[in-house]
Amino acid sequence: MSGIEIRNLCKQWAAFAAVQDVSFEVLPGKLTVLLGPSGCGKSTTLRLIAGLEMATSGQIRIGGRDVTWLPPAQRGLSMVFQSYALFPHLTVAENITFGLDVRKVPKKEKKERLEYAAQILGLDALLHRRPSQLSGGQQQRVALGRAIVAKASVCLMDEPLSNLDAQLRHDMRAEIKSLQRSLGMTMVYVTHDQVEAMSLADEIILMRAGKIEQRAAPADLYSTPVSTFAARFIGTPAMSILSLADGAHGAVISGTQGPALFGGKGEGFLLGIRPEQIRDDPDGPIDAKVRSVDYHGADSILDCIIGDQTLQVRVEGVRRYGADEAIRLGWDPQAMHIFEAESERRVERAPLDFASGKKRPAARTARHN
Amino acid sequence: MARSRFQLAPWILLLPATVLLVAFTHYPAVMTMVKSLYRLPKGSRPAKFVGTEHYVSMINDPVFWASLKNSMIYALGTVPMAIGLSMLMAIIVNSAIKGRSLMRMFFFLPTILPMIAVANIWLFFYTPSYGLIDQFLSLFGFEQHNWLGDPDTALGSLMVTAIWKEAGFFMIFYLAALQQMNPTLAEAAALEGAGRWYFFRRVTFPLLMPTTLFVMINAIINSFRLIDHVIVLTRGGPDNASTILLYYIYMVAFRYWDTAYASALTMVLLVILAGLAFIQFGILDRKIHYK
Repeated sequence: MSGIEIRNLCKQWAAFAAVQDVSFEVLPGKLTVLLGPSGCGKSTTLRLIAGLEMATSGQIRIGGRDVTWLPPAQRGLSMVFQSYALFPHLTVAENITFGLDVRKVPKKEKKERLEYAAQILGLDALLHRRPSQLSGGQQQRVALGRAIVAKASVCLMDEPLSNLDAQLRHDMRAEIKSLQRSLGMTMVYVTHDQVEAMSLADEIILMRAGKIEQRAAPADLYSTPVSTFAARFIGTPAMSILSLADGAHGAVISGTQGPALFGGKGEGFLLGIRPEQIRDDPDGPIDAKVRSVDYHGADSILDCIIGDQTLQVRVEGVRRYGADEAIRLGWDPQAMHIFEAESERRVERAPLDFASGKKRPAARTARHN
Repeated sequence: MARSRFQLAPWILLLPATVLLVAFTHYPAVMTMVKSLYRLPKGSRPAKFVGTEHYVSMINDPVFWASLKNSMIYALGTVPMAIGLSMLMAIIVNSAIKGRSLMRMFFFLPTILPMIAVANIWLFFYTPSYGLIDQFLSLFGFEQHNWLGDPDTALGSLMVTAIWKEAGFFMIFYLAALQQMNPTLAEAAALEGAGRWYFFRRVTFPLLMPTTLFVMINAIINSFRLIDHVIVLTRGGPDNASTILLYYIYMVAFRYWDTAYASALTMVLLVILAGLAFIQFGILDRKIHYK
């Protein structure tokens, strides 16, 4: 098994820097997800690793070998494309064994590898069909089959599930994960879908404008985002960001009289709080007004107004809210994320126990889901 | 009443096209067939039915056989060459090279020129001793050569001119087909280590087959249909060495005014073309992958 090491990787297109000074490593047998909005450089980074683009500067090492300037075929990796890149005139079997034919793998071994891959992916009955006769999910499996028979220890995936419907995407996600585990592949997986990233990754590299915004395990990315960008990218609905103001006893939500959330200045700082960590609590310390309700069945998302700002709250159950209904909200002090307004970077502040003055202090801890 | 009016409407709409098609395609074709069975009327003597007389004399006509042979050589030579060349040119101008649009224009240029003009240009190229070709070859110590006047090279020279004229046109179809191809196919193949030639052989060429069939039909039809360059360059000579079937028909019909015999020759040409079309659409079509 081989790991991947990226050092100071840069890719410049004329005046546009697609990838700027990106460094990370992927340990052997681990799955790293490159996550970010479109145009953030995640696909370019993947293509640089694959050798489909050549780096402007920096170094790429696979299994300890410097492959920065090697052509794709000599890097010892396989890749699954978003469009699957299946050859429309070849059968499923021919598509899967295309690379083995190129490398002149002996017939017997070719047959064994094909049978192995077909059996894992449940493609046995489809081997003589053409790609156009397959469903999207089956085409995806053929593309995976190609990666399996290559027996490369490094596999790159470029948004492999984005052309599938929601149910299929969910199933294939689980399948890719178990495949990666059982074959011990080192995998780099590009996606813009944070749910996919959270459920698949051993480690997520969140990219923004060609740079790494944050590199962390999924749980850490959720619990301690380093910036408002990272905070809002992970989680559905996105974290609410409220500006703060100076209050008598500390920082307060701007447009309100309190309570003080933490000691010190509030002006120039932002409060981030996830909708799922806010409670609709009749004894809660924060006054809010319901502006609209987005009903989802098991839960609802409330758009609330605090002072002059909006905040989203996820509430479970069936309680109905009227428009402009006044409610009280509460949250665990530990659930707050504080960012500096100008740099949008995370800062650590010790929260005050602002709920303690009330009859029922916050008992429930923040849920991580 | 309403019903019959509804049936009339489509016929009225079809009428202009039908009239044109019948007047200029179907009626002449049928009349050619009929005429080929009659002897030419002379003066007061009306045309007389002679059945297959013209077809029998055709069998004994050495010029007919020479022109048929030349047509076969011409088609077998120009069609694969034009297809190969146009495919190559399309692949070149489809790759990311400098001056790509300029090259596309150069390759396409011969297509927009009339065949008469093309033939006149090539007349200069073929001129013995001071023509472009002889001048170029003299650099390597070759003797001067009368390309169009030598029975061994006259037909070949016509073929080269035709290929030069046709390939640019077919290139456009290949270019369109290449641009339809998903570029990630090439990337996937590159990752597997497939070289350029391997990729061409196993992916590009098979995927271009529908285009090749289309181009092939057009090239073959053109090879039987175009004689402008024959008239300008060789007039079928020397000693019928460059007389192709249509040129012979033209000579028989409009130089010797034996339109009845020319009609019989035309029927042969029609049968050949129909046969080729049948082979292409009926047999090759089933072996080609369409998306």
